[in-house]
Amino acid sequence: MTRFILGRLVKAVFILLAILVFNFFLIHAAPGDPAAVMAGEAGAADAKFLADLRARFGLDQPLYVQLWIYLKGAVQLDLGYSFRQQMSVAELIGDRLPATLLLTGVAFAVSLVLGVVAGVAASARQGSWGDTAISTFALLFYATPLFWVALMASLVFSVWLGWLPGFGYSTIGAGYTGMAHVLDVATHLVLPASTLGLFFMAIYMRMTRASMLEVSRLDFVKTARAKGLKRSVIQRRHILRNALLPVITLAGLQAGQIFGGAILTETVFAWPGIGRLMFEAISQRDYAVILGVFYISGAMVLLFNLITDVVYVLIDPRIRLTS
Amino acid sequence: MRDFWNRFQYNRGAVIGLLILAMVVAAAILAPVVFPDSPWKMVQRPFLAPFEKPGLPLGTDALGRNVLSGLFHGAYVSLLVGLVSTVVALAIGVPVGAMAGYFAGRTDDALMRFTEFFQTIPSFALAIVLLAIFQPSLTFVIIAIAVVSWPPVARLVRGEVLSLRTREFVEAATLSGLGNTQIILRHVLPNALPPIIVLASLMVAQAILLESSLSFLGLGDPNVMSWGYMIGAARTVIRTAWWLSFLPGMAILLTVLALNLIGEGLNDALNPRLTRKSE
Repeated sequence: MTRFILGRLVKAVFILLAILVFNFFLIHAAPGDPAAVMAGEAGAADAKFLADLRARFGLDQPLYVQLWIYLKGAVQLDLGYSFRQQMSVAELIGDRLPATLLLTGVAFAVSLVLGVVAGVAASARQGSWGDTAISTFALLFYATPLFWVALMASLVFSVWLGWLPGFGYSTIGAGYTGMAHVLDVATHLVLPASTLGLFFMAIYMRMTRASMLEVSRLDFVKTARAKGLKRSVIQRRHILRNALLPVITLAGLQAGQIFGGAILTETVFAWPGIGRLMFEAISQRDYAVILGVFYISGAMVLLFNLITDVVYVLIDPRIRLTS
Repeated sequence: MRDFWNRFQYNRGAVIGLLILAMVVAAAILAPVVFPDSPWKMVQRPFLAPFEKPGLPLGTDALGRNVLSGLFHGAYVSLLVGLVSTVVALAIGVPVGAMAGYFAGRTDDALMRFTEFFQTIPSFALAIVLLAIFQPSLTFVIIAIAVVSWPPVARLVRGEVLSLRTREFVEAATLSGLGNTQIILRHVLPNALPPIIVLASLMVAQAILLESSLSFLGLGDPNVMSWGYMIGAARTVIRTAWWLSFLPGMAILLTVLALNLIGEGLNDALNPRLTRKSE
C-alpha cells in the first residue's frame, strides 16, 4: 500500500514538473519578448528599464539557466508577480483557492451521490418510464453547454423568481457573522454548485446504470439469487459494490473536467475562485496569473487523483495484488 | 452498407439526430446565400424582439445585428471547428495509439506516459492557456481543441491494436514480408475502424461544446460570428433580453444532442455484438 502510494506520488511530481517546463516554453513561445510584456504591464518601457528587467529576471541568461531559475522559483511557490493586480500570483491564488475548493468539492460530492442513486434507480427498473426519464435527462445534460445552463439557471431562479442570489459569494455589506454568514454563503452556493454538479451527475448516472446492468448479469449474482437473498440486498451488497469501481475510476479521471467547469460557472456567477481569476486574467492578458492558475489547477487535479487511487485500493482488495 | 443502414434506422433517436444535423448543415451551407451580408452588420435598431418586424423573425441583438443571420453563420463556424479539430485530433491520436499498441514494450510505455500527461492536466484550462498566449484565430482555436482532445483516441486505438496484433491475419502479413507501416495501415487499422468512427462522432460534439465555451469566454476568433460569442455578448443584457442568450444556446444544445444521438446509432450499427451485451 505504501509502495503503491509512493509510486503514484513520484509520478505526480513528474507530471507537475512537466507542466512547469511546458509553462516555461509557452511563455517563450508567446509573441513578443517577456521583458517587453512585463515593462508594458508595469507601464514603462525605456531601454535601460528593459535591460534592468532582463537582468533582474535572468532573461539575459541562456535558456537552460532561465528554466532552472523558473523551476526553482515555482517549487517554492514563487509564481511571478501580477503588475495588473499589484500582488504576487501566489498570494492572488491563495486568496481565491478556498472558494474554488468549496464550489468544486460540494458540486462533486452532490453529483456523485445523486448520480449513483439515480443510476441505481434507473437500472433497477430498466425500461420503465422512470428509467427513460432519467436516461433522457442525462442525454440532455450531456449535450448542454455548462455556461448556458448557468446563465439560464440564474435567469430563472434569480432574476425571474427571485428565490436565490445569482451573483457573488456573500451579500455585500451585510456583515453577517457566525451561522448567519455560513447560511448566507450556502444560499449563494446553491446555484453555482448545482449547475456545475448537474452536468457531472448526468455522467455518473449513465455510468452507474450501465455498470449496474453489466454486473447484474455475472454468475455470482445468479448464485445470490439462487440462494434466495432479497432483491434489495443483492442490489446493494452484491451488485452496487462491484458496479461502483468503474464509476470511481471515471470520477478520478474527471477531476480536470470539474475544474474546467468551475472556470465557466465561476465566470457566470461571479464566484470569487481561481476560475474567475483566470477569466479576469484573460481579458487583461495577465500571463503570469493565467499560467499560475494552470499550474495550481494541475496540482489540484493530481492531488485529487491520488485520493481516488487510495479510495480505490481501500474498496477493492484485488488491486493490491497487481500493484 | 444496406445492413448498416437497417441497423442504424432501427435506433429512432439516431434518425432524429440525423434529421436535426441535416437542418444544421443546411443552415451552414445556406448562410452566405440567405444572408449574404456580414452577420456583424447593423440592420435595425437594437433589442428588436422576435416576431416584431417581418424579415427579422428573431429580432436584433444589443448592437442591432440580425440574430437569425448570426445563428446561420454560427452554424457554419461550429460545424467547421467541430469537424476540422476532430480530424486533427485523429491525426495525432491514431498514429500515437497505433504505434504504442503495435510496438508495445518501451515505445508503448513512453507514448502512454505522454498521453497520460495530456489526459491528467485540466484540458479546458490548457486550451485557455494556449489561446491566451497565442492570438485567438480560427486556426488556433482548432489547434487548441485538437491538442486537448486527442488522448482518448490514442488510448482507444492502442487497445484495439493491442488485441489485433496477435491475430493470425497479422502473423500471415508479417510472414508474407510486409513492413510494419504496411501492416498497420492495411491490416490492423481498417479492423479498428468501427469504434474509431463512433468516438469521432462524439468528439465532434465535444469540440462544438468546447468551441462555444472558449468563444463565450472571449477566446474565439474575433472575426467570425459563433454561437458561444453571441451568448457571451448577450450575457450582460440577460435581464432585459433573455432570448439573445437563450436562442444560440438552444442551437448548440440541438446540434450537440443530434451528434450524440448519431454516435449512439453508429455504435448500434457498427458494433452489433456490443449492443446486445449492454441491453
